Amino acid sequence: MYSYIGKRLLVAIPTLLIISVFVFSLQKLLPGDPVLAMAGEDRDPQTIEYLREKYHLNDPVPVQYLRWAGSALQGDLGMSLRTKQPVLKLIGDKLPVTIQLAVMSIAFAFLIGIPMGILAAVKKNTALDYVANIVALSGLSIPNFWLGIMLILLISVKLGWLPASGYRPFFDDPLRSIQTMLMPAFVLGNALAATLMRHTRSAMLSVLSADYIRTARAKGLSERAVVLEHSFRNAVLPIVTLSALLFGELLAGAVLTEQIFTIPGFGKLIVDAVFTRDYAVVQGVVLCTAVGFILMNLVADVFYVLLNPRMRAAL
Amino acid sequence: MTVIDQVDVPAVEPRSPSRAWRKLKANRGALVGLGIILFFTLLAVLAPLLPIADPNATNWLAIRTAPSATYWLGTDDIGRDILSRMIWGAQASLLAGVVSVAIAVAIGVPFGLVSGYFGGWTDQIISRVTEALLAMPFLITAIALAAFLGPSLMNAMIAIGISAMPVFIRLTRGQVLAVKTEDYVEGARSIGLRHSSIILRYILPNVFAPILVQATLTIATAIIAEASLSFLGLGQQPPAPSWGSMLNVAKNYLSQAPWMAMWPGAAIFLVVIGFNLLGDGLRDALDPREA
Repeated sequence: MYSYIGKRLLVAIPTLLIISVFVFSLQKLLPGDPVLAMAGEDRDPQTIEYLREKYHLNDPVPVQYLRWAGSALQGDLGMSLRTKQPVLKLIGDKLPVTIQLAVMSIAFAFLIGIPMGILAAVKKNTALDYVANIVALSGLSIPNFWLGIMLILLISVKLGWLPASGYRPFFDDPLRSIQTMLMPAFVLGNALAATLMRHTRSAMLSVLSADYIRTARAKGLSERAVVLEHSFRNAVLPIVTLSALLFGELLAGAVLTEQIFTIPGFGKLIVDAVFTRDYAVVQGVVLCTAVGFILMNLVADVFYVLLNPRMRAAL
Repeated sequence: MTVIDQVDVPAVEPRSPSRAWRKLKANRGALVGLGIILFFTLLAVLAPLLPIADPNATNWLAIRTAPSATYWLGTDDIGRDILSRMIWGAQASLLAGVVSVAIAVAIGVPFGLVSGYFGGWTDQIISRVTEALLAMPFLITAIALAAFLGPSLMNAMIAIGISAMPVFIRLTRGQVLAVKTEDYVEGARSIGLRHSSIILRYILPNVFAPILVQATLTIATAIIAEASLSFLGLGQQPPAPSWGSMLNVAKNYLSQAPWMAMWPGAAIFLVVIGFNLLGDGLRDALDPREA
């Protein structure tokens, strides 16, 4: 197993390398000369030359990349122009907020998506299946920022049941924290639930038609045992992989959800950085997101092997 | 619909166009989707001819007016007619959906064709780059690109197109791998046709169906992405109307003027569901494994 993890990590290296080139190239897309922007009103040639030397902008681009990548490898993603803090520290501060949102969203997605998928597969081509499919399609088609706005309008403004904003850290006030996160987590979990429902349904349908399920039924096992113990256990493998892939969707969705509910997380960090032209933060967030996504893929692959006895035996 | 959902388009040869069309016509969901798309396309195209108010004309005596006989969908924070802005906003959304997918297809498909057909080092390099690009979440890549390129509808379309491109490279490559071992391709090779002729005359037409399905579904994703970028201020710039930027303004007036938020979001939802329904229908119609 360790050699398998080692091999997967090795495969991730070129991917990370290419991502780092892409992220570094982003700053080259900026229109105009960054030094002129830094120099501001003072366009003194000496100042400009000093700034070029200071930021190594006279070096060839590959050398600039190597310097940047070397620093990034040591955890130095640069300084935030706005807050004058290291980018990695900013990301580290915001990450727990987004992780709380992500955990609650995934909980919603699993609680809604998987039972709906199982039911839709078991009751295939019935009204329940059609309703579940329509709900899933709507979940995939509804823009989450609009859903968030509509929920604020209904639940916060009209009914006054939940606060529309005002994040509180979990360890400061757990109840208030959960209250403020319920709506954003539902909004973010909604699209994931729809995706999970579709995949669970599809995985369950292929398992339910397998010979061993027919045998289990022929042995007189209860339908509950057939569905939950024999079918779902085998259908869960692709769902595990999918859940890791959904991590990227979750982070992307968090950008808008955090913006609407004014949650000071990872997503809001990138949006604020975009508006304040804090490009080092934008680059840092993109890089960290991609690294996180690759790690989640690795975790999914490891789980896949652990859950699948045939693959475990093949290692 | 997420990009992740869409990459699993079956690697099979398409059924004949007439059979596929019959199957599509029998699919009620796909027809509803097509109807929704046609409706919004007509609105967008006919916007200049329709007897509606100037979408940018302000009326300071009708600020945040609720829907009425004069203003069917109400007015916004500076007294502009929401119905008119919705109709003109359809242009931005549909244009963004189609153009960004066209960019993704125009770049992604040739790379996928080359990668799958030639294999070897070319394939290795293109595949590794594709994997790396796929590791970056679609919307975050689009936001980062749009931020660095500068806020405008054109840049938003480029950002969305580039972000959606890797899906098309991977899909096309997979399809080419399945098709290139077919007898007719071997035959074309044995009579000495050039690689470019084989790719264009024998491979591309046979991998077209899944690309079409993917493109339809990606338009839905691109429309949401454009609305998201405009919502964040990175897409269509004011005063030009777009559904995303209308929602951005509307969120500040939820208790005073809820109608400002309802209509643009409902329009995005309808168009996206339209493309998703049509995409699902096309997938079923073009997949010969479907009975």
